[in-house]
Amino acid sequence: MPKTAQLTVNGKPALVPADDGQIPLLYVLRNDLGLHGPRFGCGLGQCGACMVLMDGKATRSCITPLASVGQAKITTLEGLGSPEQPSAVQKAFIDEQAVQCGYCINGMIIQATDLLSRNHFPSASDIKQALANNLCRCGTHLRIVRAVQRASRSI
Amino acid sequence: MHDLMPTRRDLLRASAGLVVSFTLARHAMAGGGEPDQKPAAGSSTAPKPVALDQVDSYLAIAPDNRVTLYSGKVDLGTGIETAFTQILAEELEVPAENITFISGDTLLTPDQGPTFGSLSIQSGGMQLRQAAATARKALLAMAADRFHVEPTAVTLQAGRVIAGERSVPYGDLLADQRFALKVDPNAPTKNPATFKVVGTSVPRADIPPKVTGRFTYMQDYKVDGMLHGRVVRPSGIRSSLQSVDRGSVQGIPGIVSVVQEGNFLGVVAETEWAAIRGAQALKATWSDWQGLPEQSKLFETVRATKVEKDEITSSTGDPKIALDKAARKLKATYEFAIHTHGSIGPSCAIVAIADNKLTCWTASQSTHKLREQLATMLSMPRENVRCIYVEGSGCYGRNGHEDAAADAAVLSRAVGGRPVRVQWSRADEHGWDPKGPPTMLDLQAGLDDQGNVVAWQSELFICATSAPFVPLLAANLTDLPREHGMAPGGVTGDSAIPYAFPAVHTMAHRLADAPLRPAWIRTPGRMQNTFANESFMDELAAAANADPLAFRLKYLKDPRGIELLHRLAALAKWDARPSPQRRQGGDVATGRGMSYVKYELNRTYIGAVAEVEVKRSTGEIRVTRFNVAHDCGQIINPDGLRNQIEGNVIQTVSRTLMEEVTFNRSHVTSLDWASYPIITFPDVPDVVMDLIDRPNEKPWGAGEPTAAVVPSAVGNAVFDAIGVRLRSVPMKPEKVLAALRAT
Repeated sequence: MPKTAQLTVNGKPALVPADDGQIPLLYVLRNDLGLHGPRFGCGLGQCGACMVLMDGKATRSCITPLASVGQAKITTLEGLGSPEQPSAVQKAFIDEQAVQCGYCINGMIIQATDLLSRNHFPSASDIKQALANNLCRCGTHLRIVRAVQRASRSI
Repeated sequence: MHDLMPTRRDLLRASAGLVVSFTLARHAMAGGGEPDQKPAAGSSTAPKPVALDQVDSYLAIAPDNRVTLYSGKVDLGTGIETAFTQILAEELEVPAENITFISGDTLLTPDQGPTFGSLSIQSGGMQLRQAAATARKALLAMAADRFHVEPTAVTLQAGRVIAGERSVPYGDLLADQRFALKVDPNAPTKNPATFKVVGTSVPRADIPPKVTGRFTYMQDYKVDGMLHGRVVRPSGIRSSLQSVDRGSVQGIPGIVSVVQEGNFLGVVAETEWAAIRGAQALKATWSDWQGLPEQSKLFETVRATKVEKDEITSSTGDPKIALDKAARKLKATYEFAIHTHGSIGPSCAIVAIADNKLTCWTASQSTHKLREQLATMLSMPRENVRCIYVEGSGCYGRNGHEDAAADAAVLSRAVGGRPVRVQWSRADEHGWDPKGPPTMLDLQAGLDDQGNVVAWQSELFICATSAPFVPLLAANLTDLPREHGMAPGGVTGDSAIPYAFPAVHTMAHRLADAPLRPAWIRTPGRMQNTFANESFMDELAAAANADPLAFRLKYLKDPRGIELLHRLAALAKWDARPSPQRRQGGDVATGRGMSYVKYELNRTYIGAVAEVEVKRSTGEIRVTRFNVAHDCGQIINPDGLRNQIEGNVIQTVSRTLMEEVTFNRSHVTSLDWASYPIITFPDVPDVVMDLIDRPNEKPWGAGEPTAAVVPSAVGNAVFDAIGVRLRSVPMKPEKVLAALRAT
């Protein structure tokens, strides 16, 4: 019998193959559960494109082995909201047009959601520090900071 | 809550791609949507036109009045989809939300050239506008016929032709027929004074799906029956593969095949994780190869490289004689390091081969060119290859996407044509994508005793353009048919200068080799040349004890350029005085520096003022604020333009201060973000700008030009702050300290 693991993803139970407990959570979410929010960027925990919330904490899924997830509740970008009903942070990114290619934006929104749950009124400097380990290559940083500020005002 | 299964739409898209590939020319896959089961227009079975001179190549109006825009230019994350939609909506008088955008599909879209060079709107957008204007003229004539009135009695509005009380949707009028018209270069385009959509900040349609995880990037794309491939890279760039231990992957479940072809070595597996594990575990021995130069002697190597040919880029008067007579002579050498593209998502592609026909899903900026390259590599007729663009992570030039496609093609062929997805690793991308080549310039100038410039001379050292396109890595490794040589892009642009000096000679020594496979990265050559020219211009202004902005204005004859610099001075609250400023107390000195370019001397004007802080004790430079005055003619989408300019500035501040590909004698050693750091949030400057909109002028590009002025503006600001001249990018702290010690 192939091994399986029970995860909780975006509020739902999900049964996934678990033959290799060392498989990074990222590949499970993307390939077994068909989620597109978490993205492969480096596989090294350096860029932040793969981030998900685990029990509300921004976590790099590319270096999180499946075996370490346990009972943690996982929330991906899809679980935060939809184009029709975006979360406050997602809506702020739309309002600020804070995207160029958008590949890094998953990590930005996940990290910002984590930040705003701990600090309701972050300064621009707080936001920059919180996002310091999330890389963006297009140079959308200024808009991203404005979007997080806007979200903080709306929450 | 989101459904955890792949969505029906994903599956439809994935399977549709294979089904439609060669038979149903009209059944286009809508960009990001389901296959269009109804022909867009014209139920004829003839293939959809893609010729550049046909209206139907660019647009189609379906009986339900939906409009399809077929674009050879693709959206690389710059907002081109929205801008093109605005251009078509405006010219054809249709609601933007009724337009579906299909791009970069070699079967369906015209070959408008690669999406590079800041040419999408300037060239591709204007081809689209003229096609739409021709369609508009035809619709007016058809409506006049239908209503028995003069064409002048017909108006177009919101997708309908209107004559008095009568009105019909375009779709009814066309009755499922194509236009079957040549693009009329004289068809009148709309008067910009009547624009309602062009010139406004229409929000980008791709942003809501991108911020909610609903967007399908190339990296997300799936095809039924798809396998996963990874390539195992040689130990040295030109090492030969000596042996492979296939047993080394035996314990990994899901391995389908170990593929060896020449020096190309790859693994194909049932799952992505198995492919990754297989590629990591596979043992191979490679010959020792140490053909790269010593990194510390890179620019000595560049100078010593054989010159293939010399190109004169401008010549006025005789600078040699003028230099001999000059009261003061200045001489300097500028260097610019090797850079990598560094997309956050490494390159990815899928290839499937069936019935001797190849389909490639790719985020390539040049699907039409890739089609030719894949056909050549696999000795297939070009008609049997179809490349379909799927947007990937941001693309700033010829990165690894084409190479990932070639990897997938070689691997797919080796497993009987089954669809193979190749996702490059971070090390693949940093180590093996083609690089922005090292660039060096020698400059000389002479001043008379009044401080007037009497002569300017420059020599650029840059690799030659000897191939029509960048050769595919997999073709090199397998030794399959391919082009040979180098293609670094339009690297001599802005080697000539915008200033009216009495004697000027600018030239390029095109070199026979480059240490790493070269290609273009955002603003190729134009950035390096402008860095040297505008830094040296600053040296001349300082030597003449002149204000740098006034000094440039003295030699500028172009009224748009002059207006731009005046507006820049107002924007940046420019304090007219010579640089450097008086010695400031304390460890941290502040300074401001300016730069100006007319992009390739025939389009977009940019002026910039960088404001910096320099810490003398550590040599660290911080760009605190960056001011840009920008004139690209008619603005299509002001917010989209601002987004591009901000991106240009931030990305190029990163390149200027931090970025440098490192290598040993065998291979690239900067293989991740720790060894090739880029700018992060705390160090990003504020960007302020003045957009000069000229609705009655042609629209020019904006994806690259601002990047050209960044390194020189920063370097000039450092000179203003601490009085030392930085002539080498990246401007790392150790170079600042060394320059300070030398004073």
